[in-house]
Parts: sequence; C-alpha cells; structure tokens
Amino acid sequence: MDVAVSNQQTRNKIHPHKFALWVACASITMMFMAWTSAYVVRQAAGNWLEFRLPNIFFINTALLLFSSVTLHASYIFFKREKESLYKGLLLVSFLLGITFLVLQYIGWQDLTNIGVELTGNPAGSFVYVFSGFHGLHICGGLAAIFVAIVHAFALKFKVTAKRKLRFELTLTIWHYLDFLWLYIITFIVLQS
Amino acid sequence: MDTVTTFDPDILIEEQGYDDHFHDHHHGDKYQSNFITHYVFSQDHKIIAKQFLITGMFWAIIGAGMSIIFRLQLGFPEESLAWLQPLLGKWIAINEAGIGTLDPQFYYALVTMHGTILVFFVLTAGLSGTFSNLLIPLQIGARDMASPLLNMLSYWFFFLAGVVMFSSLFLSTGPFSGGWTAYPPLSILPQASSGSAAGMTLWTVSLILFVVSVLLGGINYITTVLNLRTKGMTMWRMPLTIWAFFVTAIIGLLSFPVLASAFFLVIFDRELGTSFFLSDIYIGGEALDRVGGSPVLYQHLFWFLGHPEVYIIILPAMGLVSEVLSVHARKPIFGYKAMVYSILAIAFLSFIVWAHHMFMSGVNPFISNIFVIFTLIIAVPSAVKVFNWITTLYGGNIRFTSAMLFAIGFVSMFISGGLTGIFLGNSAIDIQMHDTYFVVAHFHIVMGIAAFFGMFAGIYNWFPKMYGRFMNETLGKIHFWGTFIGAYAIFWPMHYIGMAGVPRRYYSFETFDAFSHFDATNKFITVAAIVVFGLQLLFVVNFFYSIWKGKRMTTRNPWGATTLEWTTPIDTGHGNWPGKIPVVHRWAYDYGKDGREFYPQILPVSEDESETH
Ligand code: HEM
Ligand SMILES: [Cu+2]
Repeated sequence: MDVAVSNQQTRNKIHPHKFALWVACASITMMFMAWTSAYVVRQAAGNWLEFRLPNIFFINTALLLFSSVTLHASYIFFKREKESLYKGLLLVSFLLGITFLVLQYIGWQDLTNIGVELTGNPAGSFVYVFSGFHGLHICGGLAAIFVAIVHAFALKFKVTAKRKLRFELTLTIWHYLDFLWLYIITFIVLQS
Repeated sequence: MDTVTTFDPDILIEEQGYDDHFHDHHHGDKYQSNFITHYVFSQDHKIIAKQFLITGMFWAIIGAGMSIIFRLQLGFPEESLAWLQPLLGKWIAINEAGIGTLDPQFYYALVTMHGTILVFFVLTAGLSGTFSNLLIPLQIGARDMASPLLNMLSYWFFFLAGVVMFSSLFLSTGPFSGGWTAYPPLSILPQASSGSAAGMTLWTVSLILFVVSVLLGGINYITTVLNLRTKGMTMWRMPLTIWAFFVTAIIGLLSFPVLASAFFLVIFDRELGTSFFLSDIYIGGEALDRVGGSPVLYQHLFWFLGHPEVYIIILPAMGLVSEVLSVHARKPIFGYKAMVYSILAIAFLSFIVWAHHMFMSGVNPFISNIFVIFTLIIAVPSAVKVFNWITTLYGGNIRFTSAMLFAIGFVSMFISGGLTGIFLGNSAIDIQMHDTYFVVAHFHIVMGIAAFFGMFAGIYNWFPKMYGRFMNETLGKIHFWGTFIGAYAIFWPMHYIGMAGVPRRYYSFETFDAFSHFDATNKFITVAAIVVFGLQLLFVVNFFYSIWKGKRMTTRNPWGATTLEWTTPIDTGHGNWPGKIPVVHRWAYDYGKDGREFYPQILPVSEDESETH
C-alpha cells in the first residue's frame, strides 16, 4: 500500500514514515509544553501547594530508561541476527513497560497518601495530568512493542529492510516517550 | 516556439520523466477495485479531497442556515417564528396569540454552533483538507500522499467529529451554547446553562476527534511536501499553493495540540472535579467549593491556538488566490520570494500575538503593549502580500472567469477586513470595540468571507481537475457579484453598529433605548444575509449539476497553467500519471515570457530562453 513511498526513497536519507513519526512526536511535545507552560503561569499566580514528589517516581524513571536500553539492545541483536536475544529482550522491554505503568499507579497512591489529591490544589492536579497522559502514550508505545512481538514470534526470522524499518519506528516511539517523561520529571523537580 | 504550442505532455513525460516503476507493482489493477474501497474508504488523495469538500459543503449549509435563523431573531424580533416550529420543535415557544418566539437559550446554541462549524468544519477541514489533499501530490509530482492510510483516517476522524457534533443538535438540553471559544466557567459547570450539560460534553469529544483529524492530515502534508517532490521540484520552484498548505500544516501541528491540552483540562474540570480553570464562583447565591483555578489560563491556551487558527484558515485561501491570480492574469506572480517570506513571517508572528484577544480579560496592560506591537507588525507581511497581488494584476491580460473574480474579491475583502484589524490591535481602541459588532464585522470580512472567496476561487478553478467538467460560468458570475455585494451589505453596517457600542452575542436589544435606532439597520442586514444565503444554494446547485451535466473538459490544460496537475490525463487515475512521473525544469510562474504565453514546468529550458528560475 506504500504507493507514494516507493518512488523516491532512494533520493532521501530519511524514510517518509520515519519523518512522519518525528513530526507526530513534535506535536505531542507541543501538547505537553502547553501543559507545562500552564503550570508555570498558574504557579506564578500564587496559592500553590509545595510538596515533594514521592520517591517511586524517580525509581520508575530509571526503570523506563532501562527499558529503552533493553529495547535498543534487542534492535542491535536483531540486526546481528541473534534471534533469541532479540526476542528475549523484546519481551523484557514489554514487561518493563507494563511495570512502569503499574508503578506509576502506585505513585499516584503515594501522592494521595501524602494528601496530594487529583481534585486538590492545581499543583497536584498537574502531576496527575502529566503522568496520566504520559501513561496513555506509553500504552500506545506498548501496543507498538506488542505488534513487534507478534511479528517476532509469528514470522520466520529474517532481517529485511522492511522489518528493520518497522523496528526502528517502534524504537523511535519508545525512546521518544522516555525522553518525554524525562522532560516532565525534570520540569517538575526544577519548578518546585 | 512550436514545442510550446504543440507539445504533448505524455510524450514529454515519457522522454524526460522519471521512472519509479510504479505501475510494475500492479497497484492500479487491484487497488480500490470495488465501490466501498473506491468511494468510501478510499485512500486515493483525489477522492479524499472530494470527501472533504462535500462534507464541508454539507456543514456550510447547516452552519449558514443557523445564522439565518438567528439573524431573523435580530432583524425581526417582533415577527412570529411559529413557522419554524416543525424544524426546531420545542425551541420555538408559541403563545396563546399564536406568536412563536425563539428560545433565548437556543439562540446562544445557534450562535455557538455556527461559529464552531464554520471555523473548524468548513474553513479548516473543508478548505485546507480539500485543497491540500487535491493539490499537494498533483502539484509536486507525487503518486499520492506519504501515508495514504493516515490520510484516509484523517477524513474519517473528521467525519466522526461531525457525527458527534451533529447528534448534539438533537439533545433535549440542546447543543453547547457558550460561544465557539468555550470559555470557562460556562463550558465547565453543567449547571451554568442547559447547553453546558451534555451539549458541551459532545462538543469537546467532537473537537478532540477533530484535532486528531487535523494532526493526521498535517503530518501527511508536511511529510509529503518535504519527501515526495519529484525530480527538479526544489522548494523554490513550488507553486505558492504548496507553500501555503505546507506552512499551514506546520502551524496546525504546533497549535492544535495546545487546543487539545486546554480541552483535556476542561474535561478534567468537568468530569473529575479538578479546578484548573475554576475559582470563586457563585451559582444561585451559593459559593462553589472549587477554588484555585484561573479562567484566564484557559483563554491563554485557547488563543494560543485561536489566533494561529485564523491563519490556518486564511493561508490556504491566500495560496489558492495567488495561483489563480497569476494563471488568469497570464503573468508571473509578482515577488514570488517575498510571497513565501511573508507566509513564513505571518506564520511565525501568528504565535506571538494571541493575547490581543485578551486585552479586556484583565491581563497586565504592560504585557498588552507587547502584544499590540507584534499584532501591528503582522500588518507588514500582510501588506506585502496585498501589494504583490495587486501588482500581479497590474497590466495583466486578465480573464474574468468566475475563479478569477473570486480571487480578486478575496483581495478586496482581505484589505477591508485587515484594516479594521489594525484598529482592534490597539489595546486602547479595543476597550471600546471589544465584544461589539465591530469585531464581528472585522473577522467575518477578513476571515469568513475572504476564506470563502479563496475556496470558491479554488473550486471554480480546479473543478475540471476534480470532475472532468466545468462549472457553469454564468451562474458562477451571478454567484460572485451577488455574494460580493451582499457580503459587504451584511458586514459593512456592522462596523457602525459596533462603533456605537452594540455588543455581540445578545439575543435582543429591545430593552436598550440606546440601540433602538439600529432596528432598520438590523433588518437590512438580515435581508442581505437571506439573499446571500440563497445565492450559495445556487452555487450548490451549479456544483452538483456540473458534476454530471457540466460542459466536458476536452483538453487537459484548459486554463493554460504551468503546474503539474494539468499534465495528468483528464480522467486522472490512481497514481496520477499513467507512465513515468514528470520531471520539473523550471518554477511555476513562467507566464508571458519571451512572447510566449506560458511554459509548463515540465518543459526543459532551451538555450535561447531568457532567464528562468
Ligand atoms: C492585520 C491583521 C490583523 C489584526 C491586527 C487583527 C487584530 C484583531 C484583534 C485585536 C482582535 C480582537 C478584537 C476583540 O476581541 O476585541 C481580532 C479578532 C479576530 N480576528 Fe483579527 N486581526 C487581523 C487579521 C485577522 C485575520 C487575517 C483573521 C482571519 C483570517 C482574523 C480573524 C479574527 C477573528 C476570528 C477574531 C475574533 C475572535 C472572537 O472573538 O470570536 N484577524 N483581530
Ligand atoms: Cu487574533
């Protein structure tokens, strides 16, 4: 179905689908930047609750970064035709992603326990919005990894240009979501 | 000499073209072979363009029809509207004397829906969706969009957004009624007004679906322009249409997510009990316990999209107009590069002027000053464009086709409406003007009418490309002159009413002595609006009649244009060119050079030709 794509790939360094994905990431970034700007504006207006982010969020950040590493390793092993490592690490990344979501949820509970509730002061509400929408995007990323897993186990192992591209797209999504979370958590820490 | 007059695009493309082996893959054979995949879930950009156009027309009729109903209320408040009861049901209350009156709540719902529908569904999706889809692949020499699948999804998200919005019209509490800008607290508190209940929920859902549609479309347009241009089609050789669509898509991609972010927070406030935008509110004398938010924060987020949005609407129209003016004046567009730079400048500036909508919202006057300056600077690139359009016309060998008339009409409207923008952009003058009919006049002329004119110019000009037939020119000219005069008749008087202080968004002025002498003016405006609405129905008739019965296109390039879309066969199939794809040798504006009428972009540059781009 890639009708348009076939014609000039050779003349372009970057594949159009990959380029399109970057553009999509830019627009998601805009959405989060809008929220963080709203945070700054609202914070400047006073009546702002000060609190420390529960530790679990920091642990979780490390976990998410680690999942990026495992996914990247899986990609490298895919290219080197190390089939079992490639498949194994793909699964590990997926599980790490799920764990991340679970821990984020526990993080929300920790927040509630220290009295920072969704419906309280906007300082807290914003944290729920950031992590909630990031979590939704993580679900999308997990779906992409899930498709990659299905391909890995259902198709006969073979390194083709098309499958490499697919993997690279998945990898880009996941690294991007990682970066997005880093932006969010750094922002919250620096602002408070 | 002869190569120009007698050249055959097929032979030229076969000799000079670029072979991408497109048809070796036999896409053409099995691709979209049945009715459903060909006309409904089509992935062909030309069909998707038509889907956007016809859906946009549907919404234009609904949206404009609503304005006729509320104009009746404004122009003839004492007349009975009982005859509308079969259509509006309980929203028309009939008293013992048999006099029917429009429910005030529903008046607001109509105004809100009118704005939302026209701004988003008609002038964003219907305009940019239609022509970006139709022209981007055809004019840059691509087989289709970078991702035909996403392109199809873009249309269907728009369709879904429309279904949700349409169903909100039938709610017992009515559709959303707090204005197209959906300011809180009206948009957040369901108890604030009946439209703020389920109506607002559906409104938000619909617009979020719409944002998804715009983003999917925009991602495609940008990627396609940057990655799929044919050989020789450098950025500086692209027609201005493509530049306009391209920059529009970038603006959309950067600003629509911000709108979505605002809507998500509205949803949180509505459904989950947060207080991002709520504080110190009393309902029925009782204080609401939701505090800590800021309604002005919403306005910032909204207008950060809202202002770029007006350029998302107008830039595609500007692109279409530039192209039509040049083709029908048989002259190269004056100042091509200046046109591109001013598009870029407008795009950039459009992101830093949003607070001119908030001069009266209690923002710091010193901050307002900065926004005044940026706002007034936008007049510079706007003026450059106007100057270049007029200069393009000057001394041209003008063909007054319907398309050309609408393009010239666009320039007129853009000047008239742009000038009042300069009034409003001064925060001191805006104290008097804000939320009056002066603002209504300003944005309808500069955006509403102008963008419609750009769209009409585009439709009359590219109709043969879409349907292989021409629209009726006589009806087209009646359509133009009626609409041109009628639109001024509607909106010009509004400037005076507005300067006298008559506020917008009021159901009735009967209780205000100060405004009573505008009764006759309001009647006049309403009558003009009804006439103009009737003329648009004439256009719709012409459109559909011409699809099946219009004069057939017998040559490929009826307007003698240079651009690539006119080198495709009259019945353009999937993949656009039957054999190789054309290679481009020159810019899009080689008109009237060396005594020749025009040089198509696919024509190689010959030795004895004067300078080309
Ligand atoms: C010379 C350039 C322009 C300037 C300086 C300008 C200035 C302004 C200002 C200051 C307002 C706010 C008035 C108020 O609410 O009190 C306004 C409203 C508006 N303008 Fe413009 N404008 C310009 C061009 C445009 C263009 C090109 C468009 C659309 C294509 C446009 C569309 C609108 C709309 C839709 C509103 C009203 C929004 C609402 O309140 O519902 N303007 N303009
Ligand atoms: Cu504006």
